[in-house]
Amino acid sequence: MIDGIAIYVLWLREMTRFLRAKSRVIGTLAMPLFFMAFLGFGFSRAQLPNLPPGVDYIRFLVPGIVGMTLLFSSTFSGISVLWDREFGFLKEIMVAPVSRVSIVLGRIAGGATTSLIQGVAILLLSIPLGFGVPGVAAVLLAALVMILISVIFIGLGLVFASNMRDIHGFNMITNFVVFPIFLLSGALFPVGNLPAPVQAFAWIDPLTYGVDALRAALLGTSTFPLPVDLALLLLSSFIMVSLAAFFFERCQC
Amino acid sequence: MDAAITVENLTRQFGSLTAVDAISFTVEGGELFALLGPNGAGKTTILNMLITLLPPTSGTARVAGFDIVREKDAVRRHIGIVFQEPALDKDLTGKENLDFHAMMYGIPRAERARRIAGVLELVELTEKRDVLVQNYSGGMKRRLEIARGLIHHPSVLFLDEPTLGLDAQTRRRIWEYIRRMNREEGVSIILTTHYMEEADYLAGRVAIIDRGRIVAMGTPPELKDILGGDVITLGLEGDAGGFVRLLAGIPWVKGAREHDGEVSVTVEMGERRVPDLVALGLAHGVPVRSVLLRKPSLEDVFLHFTGRTIREREVSANESRKELITRRMLR
Repeated sequence: MIDGIAIYVLWLREMTRFLRAKSRVIGTLAMPLFFMAFLGFGFSRAQLPNLPPGVDYIRFLVPGIVGMTLLFSSTFSGISVLWDREFGFLKEIMVAPVSRVSIVLGRIAGGATTSLIQGVAILLLSIPLGFGVPGVAAVLLAALVMILISVIFIGLGLVFASNMRDIHGFNMITNFVVFPIFLLSGALFPVGNLPAPVQAFAWIDPLTYGVDALRAALLGTSTFPLPVDLALLLLSSFIMVSLAAFFFERCQC
Repeated sequence: MDAAITVENLTRQFGSLTAVDAISFTVEGGELFALLGPNGAGKTTILNMLITLLPPTSGTARVAGFDIVREKDAVRRHIGIVFQEPALDKDLTGKENLDFHAMMYGIPRAERARRIAGVLELVELTEKRDVLVQNYSGGMKRRLEIARGLIHHPSVLFLDEPTLGLDAQTRRRIWEYIRRMNREEGVSIILTTHYMEEADYLAGRVAIIDRGRIVAMGTPPELKDILGGDVITLGLEGDAGGFVRLLAGIPWVKGAREHDGEVSVTVEMGERRVPDLVALGLAHGVPVRSVLLRKPSLEDVFLHFTGRTIREREVSANESRKELITRRMLR
């Protein structure tokens, strides 16, 4: 049922393409980097309620921007199945003698690796901006969280891709799904500053727990205990992967 | 040798539209078989069902001995496919495309290198193997796909419109590859095409498809023999319909029909009948403007069975498709 070789081949394809598309990688890193630099400097002296004690804004912001990087790269990686369909390559994969679940897992393995690379890159780029990385163990823990975040949102991207006919709905998803997930997650400001009815949406946003877990790992301070965050992220990953496999299997693409 | 493909009453409906209507045929092992018909006749739908991408509405089919619904994986392992639209990863090189494909089919590394070198040689792309596919021409892409379709040594190879959109020279070369694969590798090949000369040149047997049904099947000479003679196409001034009715009463005329504003007459020993036909036209007030005498082609066979040329059928298929889209938009 689960074909290791097929997963490896799809992962390898993703890596080959990623390493070849250097300009595209730089392009995708530019937006989070700008967010980090401009918001970080621009709001460095602003008084923001509900910041954890002893944490300045740039340090608060960096884990949020890492989460944002992962959210965007992962969702788009999942949705990029649509481009494969558009350019015909998906058919080649669909007629290969491998299970649909393996195809979904291969896609997730590839997307999660490229997202992780981008998340770590943003983390490294934050160091010159004044972000102190606490140590190897903390970064490894953060990497684990990054992988979970990636899996969740690649799954989400795949769910969308499996239910869309073509790439025309792509902007709608960016504007009405991806951006709200980002803005609700507490990546830019503490969720506690949102009005109570809006906060309710933040608590059903998996990225909220992802960003909170990244802050726990990198800053040592978080809204929820780290095990709670991790448990919720694991649960969300499991749900999203199952949904992605279900919809991908069902769609005749 | 066992049958490569057996199809029994295969049917596919899309809503109220029956794209493939209870077709049955058998392709023997090692055979080169063509599905000939206009665009929209249902050829690609038949193919998509046989390659397990589309479940049939009813009926059964076995490919390489496996059921296309119950044994999808086994079918997939034994077939190679060249799609109508390129299904290559343009961001990878030709060799990488082949390599990833071979890995997917579980071919070990050393064997992979050997087979890739072999198929690249066959389609003459050895020198271009490290070039990104986005820099390939249309013909090179098609050749790479043919190479890829062969790497895992399929017992049945499906080619969907293999020379669509290619120039005459490239088409010839692709034809040669197809023949060579069929002869040297012994692989059974089923191809779809709406070019009658392609079916005529390549296929051992042809099934003529129209509106989701097989209207005629046989070797190209057998199919042409059905017409029973040569085809004389007359351009006329005046009442062509009346002339057709007149011809129908003449004993040496085997068939006559009007199409595209011209009249096609089937007769034996056509070159001797041309003067008679011209005289007949003059005598009945429909002077003959032009005469074309041909040995029958598969196009004539198509015309014989459907009353229209492939091109006319395609135009009308496009019209009804447009109508359908308009209707959908109005809803």
